[in-house]
Amino acid sequence: MADQDVLRAPNVVEYPFSRTTGPVIGAFFTALREGFIVGIVARDGTVIVPPVEYDPHTSESLTELVEVGDTGEVRSWAWVGEPLDGQPLGRPFAYALIKLDGADTPMVHAVDTGGDPSKISTGMRVRAKWLPAKPAGASEEEQTDPKGAVRTYREGHILDIECFVPGGQA
Amino acid sequence: MSDIQLPERLEGVEPVRSIRTFASLTYQYTPGRAASRFLKEVERKRLVGQRCPVCKKVYVPPRGSCPTDGVATEEEVELGHTGTIVSFCVVNVPFMANLMEIPYVGALIQLDGSDIPIMHLIQEVPYDEVHMGMRVEAVWVPDGEISHTLESIKYFRPNGEPDAPYDSYKENA
Repeated sequence: MADQDVLRAPNVVEYPFSRTTGPVIGAFFTALREGFIVGIVARDGTVIVPPVEYDPHTSESLTELVEVGDTGEVRSWAWVGEPLDGQPLGRPFAYALIKLDGADTPMVHAVDTGGDPSKISTGMRVRAKWLPAKPAGASEEEQTDPKGAVRTYREGHILDIECFVPGGQA
Repeated sequence: MSDIQLPERLEGVEPVRSIRTFASLTYQYTPGRAASRFLKEVERKRLVGQRCPVCKKVYVPPRGSCPTDGVATEEEVELGHTGTIVSFCVVNVPFMANLMEIPYVGALIQLDGSDIPIMHLIQEVPYDEVHMGMRVEAVWVPDGEISHTLESIKYFRPNGEPDAPYDSYKENA
């Protein structure tokens, strides 16, 4: 039997999950929707971004959410030469650990250098590129498609920050 | 939690309580050679299994080998469009976007001439009358709509024959 006689068909499995966020991560997403970034103050006084519910060293509950900057410094990065469906950018970009101003821990996000890997380096300054706020009266349908592949307005999601771009004064 | 201290800009703001985490996985599925042959026969309105040369059992849909004896199954055996319900499930929970009116019955049906059951729907009978041993027949979609899928059979329905004796399907019960 020749292989061309073997049937083949696309098989797409989809899960329309949503996930509850709790009070701490929920506040992080609420802030993103409002266009800024929050972290949480750990027992030793360091600011952890994104915020966590429990102290990483003492396991105590953490409660003090604070605003941090939307500019920061690349601490480490990995180049994505061939982006896959569902990744933040459609052209080559870097996933980077970015230490935001006012934070003590770095956060993962995408950095867009126009597809040029020579334009990213450890220590470089970056700033958040935000989606626009949702206008009053915009319907849910207008806001975004149900699969989340196309985002128009900020809604409380990590990709409310489209990506980080070079720039941003300390 | 009431003891969370929010920064000023979040005071009185409607909080985000959940995020959408839609997941989509795109596969290319191939049933392989044996099941491809089976599905191409379905397109011709025939149900064809394969017999193991060692244990003589007839598998449908065929996978090309016998899981018990580990040998290739090459002899093809045409099966009837009638069979016996060997197990069933009354479904009372709606899912799959209301495709089926509940309650409905899914059953394992041992086609005549085969030794392993296939799963399909049972219709045209009240759900609480479905039972093991019930004799059923395939109801096909209109000829123009038949293609290489088991959905070419719309469902099975009772064919009026007396129940099959337990011994005829006990290995699959």
